Formats: sequence, C-alpha cells, structure tokens
Amino acid sequence: MSDKATIQVLINQAPHELPANATLADAVKCMGIAPPFAAAVNLQFVPKTQYASHVLQANDQIELIAPITGG
Amino acid sequence: MSTSSPLTLYGETFTSRLLLGTSRYPSPSVLLAAIERAQPAMLTASLRRQTGAGGEASQSFWNLLREANVPVLPNTAGCHSMQEAITTAEMAREVFNTDWIKLELIGDDYTLQPDTLNLPEAANRLIKAGFKVLPYCTEDLVLCQRLVDVGCQAVMPWAAPIGTGKGPVNPTALRTLRERLSVPLIVDAGLGLPSHACQVMEWGYDAVLLNTAVALAQDPVAMAGAFADAVQAGHNAFLAGAMQAQDTAQPSTPVLGTPFWHHT
Repeated sequence: MSDKATIQVLINQAPHELPANATLADAVKCMGIAPPFAAAVNLQFVPKTQYASHVLQANDQIELIAPITGG
Repeated sequence: MSTSSPLTLYGETFTSRLLLGTSRYPSPSVLLAAIERAQPAMLTASLRRQTGAGGEASQSFWNLLREANVPVLPNTAGCHSMQEAITTAEMAREVFNTDWIKLELIGDDYTLQPDTLNLPEAANRLIKAGFKVLPYCTEDLVLCQRLVDVGCQAVMPWAAPIGTGKGPVNPTALRTLRERLSVPLIVDAGLGLPSHACQVMEWGYDAVLLNTAVALAQDPVAMAGAFADAVQAGHNAFLAGAMQAQDTAQPSTPVLGTPFWHHT
C-alpha cells in the first residue's frame, strides 16, 4: 500500500522517490536548485509557469539544467 | 574601396566580427579579461545537468556573463537528435532570455561532425518556433543552401573539427561557399591561429567563432587581442580587394632608366 503512495522518477538520470501526484515543482524543490535553471520532462520542455501544474507520472525522466561555459 | 559596414545577423547589428566561446579557460578571471580584450559580438554558453552541489559553478558563470554584458549565444552542444536539440534550445531560451541559438546536432562523436542530414529540419522547426538559428555545419554547399532555404539568415561552416586548431582544411569548398551564398557566413570551429581567422575573412567571410584557440593559448588574453586584430585585418583586406596572383615575376621598380641596362 505504501508503494502506491509514491512514484519513482529519474531526475538527471538519478532515481528519486516522490509522493504520488507530485508536481514538477516538488521535484525541483527536492533537488534544491537555485535559479537560473530550466526543466524538461521526457524530452519535452516545461516552462517555469507550468511547474506547479505539471503532475509527474511514475518513471518520468526529468532534466534540470543550468548555465555552463560553452563553445 | 568598399566601405565597412557592421555585421548584421537577423536584422541585428554588431560592431565586432568575432564571436567568442567561454569554455576551457584557465580561470574565470582570465575568461573575463579575454572578453574585455576581444570585445566580441557574442559569447557562446551552454546548459548541463545541475544538482544542488554543482550549482555554485553555474551561478558563478551566470554572474560572469552578467558582468561581461555581451549578448549570449546559447548552444545545443552534445545533442544527437532533433528532439534533444529542440528541447535544449527551448530550455536555453528560458534560461538566457534570448531567441538566439547556436544549433549543434552531432552526427559523429569522434569527429564531432554535425548530422548534416537532419540539420535542416531541426533548423526549420526552431525557426518556426521563433528562434534566430545559427547552425554549426560543414562547408558543404548544398547543405548550407538548404539551411538558407529553411530560413537560416546566416550559417556557420566549420574550418576543421571542433578543438583541432588545424585551420581551414578545405579552402576550395569554403571559398566556393562564399562565392555562391550571399547570407552572412561565420566560420565556426577548427581555427587555431590568428592567420587562419585573417585568411577566411580575406575570403569574404563575415565573422569567426572561436574558443579553444584563445582559451588554450599560453596567454589567452593576448591571443584574444591577436585574433580580434586578425579578424579586422582580414575584413579590411577583403574590402580593399586583393590583387590577382600571377605566375610570372613583374618588377615593381620601373625598368625604364635602369643604370647600366643595355640590350643584349
């Protein structure tokens, strides 16, 4: 019964357990990332304005990315 | 002599014809000094997975970009599929608050050669999504033409594979490309020396994008200045119009009146 109350997702390829019905905002919060950053779920960009309404599903693959140097 | 005009990309003008990468410098302070010396039109940057622990470096780089106050050109480095590139571009647009994107779609990990077969469609989708796309591509004429056909207002052929510093390995193709296409052309990747940059600018290229050649120089700041001077010199030479090379010697000093000269 407890396994129904949580879902497993991948955040930056690392497994994380989140409450069922967790949103992308919850996933961001659990990673403790400070702005600026952006997010994608299952290879689809999710704008910041939709974090709180984007409900995650089991096995979702979440990418949280931030600026780095580049050529 | 033609008069110099500023670099214009997608209707925006830039006083510099040098675009500078931000990676592989010995330290952030050296990078900042190199930017100050080169006065580039744009700075390239990227996006990578971030965790709470790694956030400090990212925040530091973000602050450096703000201090440099140069327009940022985010890239899609490392993307191997159209969807990866498009999603990365969308994330970059939100993070950097810019529609500019250097489209990199890698087709081969060993040479970092772009995926030329899928590049035009990726560019097409990004342009339709409102991006100002600067595609990293090979010097293939038909590929570059297709990129223009889908709406790219500039293209960025490589001189040589990324980070090699070999200089233009296919001068004939690069010169043909310049002759055939009228859109701004930016040589991106493979330049190692200021003379390489000067050379392509003499051929009529509109700008160059550099990173490793500056970052890995013994004195990156001095090399940034050398490249900036070379880019300007090459552009000035192109505008001045070079003489035609000749196969036979032509005396530059007048022959008439030469002392001791006589018919044999």
